[in-house]
Amino acid sequence: MPASYFDVDGTLVRTNLVHPTLYYILNQRTPFKSLVKLAKTALRAPELALAEIQDRRIFNEQLFQAYEGMSHDRLMLLADDAFDSVLKKAIYPAARELVARCKSEGHEVVIVSGALDFLMHRLADYLGADCVIANRLEIKDGFATGRLLRPVVAGPEKARLIREHASKNGHDLNECYAYSDSYSDVPMLSVVGHPAAVNPDGKLERLARTYGWPVLTLKKVS
Amino acid sequence: MSHPQVVTIDRKSAPRIAFSGDQLVEVDLPIGTRVVYPKPPLAGLKDVDAAIRYALNHPDGSPPLYAKLRPGMKVVIAIDDISMPLPPMKRPDVRERVLTIVLELLKDHGVEDIEMIIATAFHRRMTADEIKRMVGDRIFDRYYPKRLYNHDAEDPKGLKEIGVTDQGEVVEINKKAAESDLLIYVNLNFVPMNGGNKSVAVGLSGYRSLQAHHNPYVLRKCWSYMDPAKSELATAFARQGKIVHEKLDVFTIETTVNNRMFDKPLEFLAKNEDDWSPAERAAAKALIFTLKKTPQAARQAIFERVPAPYEVTGVFAGATEAVHPKTIERGFEQYLTPVRGQCDILVTGIPFISPYNVNAFLNPLLVQVMAQGYIFNLYRGMPVVRKGGTMIIFHPCTDKFDQVQHASYIEFVHNLLPETRDAVELHKRYEKKFAANPAHIQAYRTGNAYHPAHPFYMWYWGEPGRQHLGRVIVVGADNEYIPKLLGYETARTFAEALEMARQTGPANPEITMLHTAPMLMADVTEA
Repeated sequence: MPASYFDVDGTLVRTNLVHPTLYYILNQRTPFKSLVKLAKTALRAPELALAEIQDRRIFNEQLFQAYEGMSHDRLMLLADDAFDSVLKKAIYPAARELVARCKSEGHEVVIVSGALDFLMHRLADYLGADCVIANRLEIKDGFATGRLLRPVVAGPEKARLIREHASKNGHDLNECYAYSDSYSDVPMLSVVGHPAAVNPDGKLERLARTYGWPVLTLKKVS
Repeated sequence: MSHPQVVTIDRKSAPRIAFSGDQLVEVDLPIGTRVVYPKPPLAGLKDVDAAIRYALNHPDGSPPLYAKLRPGMKVVIAIDDISMPLPPMKRPDVRERVLTIVLELLKDHGVEDIEMIIATAFHRRMTADEIKRMVGDRIFDRYYPKRLYNHDAEDPKGLKEIGVTDQGEVVEINKKAAESDLLIYVNLNFVPMNGGNKSVAVGLSGYRSLQAHHNPYVLRKCWSYMDPAKSELATAFARQGKIVHEKLDVFTIETTVNNRMFDKPLEFLAKNEDDWSPAERAAAKALIFTLKKTPQAARQAIFERVPAPYEVTGVFAGATEAVHPKTIERGFEQYLTPVRGQCDILVTGIPFISPYNVNAFLNPLLVQVMAQGYIFNLYRGMPVVRKGGTMIIFHPCTDKFDQVQHASYIEFVHNLLPETRDAVELHKRYEKKFAANPAHIQAYRTGNAYHPAHPFYMWYWGEPGRQHLGRVIVVGADNEYIPKLLGYETARTFAEALEMARQTGPANPEITMLHTAPMLMADVTEA
């Protein structure tokens, strides 16, 4: 049985990692705490922008520092709301259709995302995906430390995790599919036999055209 | 005495002109070669709108259209896509004319629940601009996209099984059409394999129905595609069509066009080169030179922008079984040139266009479709070339594909053809899995890509030619890899190709050139 590996941000949903993070920042226990957190994150904006250009892994690590000090209970408490008000509304119209098609072909559908696991599990349940490979916050004494547990899911690491997942679950990578919107996911796309560029950025679209990979848009429903 | 459209080359004959993709080449044919030309265009109807109205009011095998209408009924109008005619015709497209009159009639009779579906089957979705060009601005603005849209053969909720043929073939068609009170089919018949039962049963169907006939076993039994009486494909369509007509009320409107493919300045391309005036000879030289010096992208852009001045030669309406023979007859009247006896070597140019690359490049798989699929099949009676004979074609066979329309073709040509060229093996080993690729299906459903089963169908389409011909030699290929993948040999010049063909043919081979385009068919009888 083949597997279909899906990146999330920009591929299945139009939001990125910043949107749910912002939701959590704005929903601290008191408005004052939200304001402080927002100011701190805003001050780090140039640093984040530089990290985004240099290395997606570093960007993820720096962005998720915004969760530092939040209790695990609160993270979970807000997860349903964050999913409903940020992610669910941002799912591309044809994303469910594509995931359903993969399922009907008997594929194991795996979400591979740099976003946080508790949100991705909710997305997986909503879309009908089978498995989630996503980033996990380090929790100590019931509070987030602002660090990510290893391995950090981003860039080339996604490719290694896909290989590992396929090997554990008996998938032949040549028979597997992968979908992403970003040039930073070329390693992930390159390890499977059937890669596809979804709502691709310019660089990925050029590469996809060169290699004859299908280029899709999920922004329109059929 | 031979037909005026059949010319025998002698010592004084001028070189013939053949298409080689989007270029033209001069070909020096040996003395004694027979060249089969298209017939001159039939006269177009003087008043097309009147002919449409007459056909709707005096149909064959059916009450007039107005008598079938009642207020409040659900009407679906299915329309042929722009795979025909080639190139697209000048505006107004005959489909716009028919639709305008039909929609007026529906309005006059209180019919408001109308949906128009472009019967694409596994062809790519037409773009909004293409639809607008085909149906006209007024209809487009009023109905697109909610009540004028492309058929989706992969919509699980959009198809409905309406029955099973006596041979167990499922007949599954567009649900809206299946649940309508009246289904009107607006057809444009360009070649004799278009229209009839192919319209509803194929154009509006899904994979389960298409599998019944779009496979190598059926296509191998077609002698030819263009002669419905000897085509297993037409027989399979008829079995499904019978179910359609048992279950649904179908009113068919078929139209035919003549073969006026080139407008005035290029009209001479359809004529015998020996009859060209000095001005036409000079124009031909200039055209060959200009095309040679123009970059490929510009050549393609020019050809895509020049519509054909086709004229409507017939409008037939009523019950499909009663209408279609008349349509076929009008098509034969335009296309058939009598040819006595087969040949050993068939020579033909391959033009830049096929039904499957409107507004796109003619990729290698489609070169194969044109050679062994379409042009080989342009006959009635018996193939123009003898069994085991050679076909010499002119085409660059460039390894280039339209990446939107033909993304799945790239994978088929470069991943599957190196494994095998055997159509049955491709069908058995690869088709099902390849056709289920979710990415390609998504690109078909929401983009403008052909369905991933389509490259297989294109390969199967060449099956009659592949089974019949001994060799195919390409002149002018810009690479050897693609011809080899397609099973072709290459020659640098036509003289070299002839020499190669002579090695496996009789000492004095009989040579025939099909001088297409425009469209023609050889009506081949025993010598």
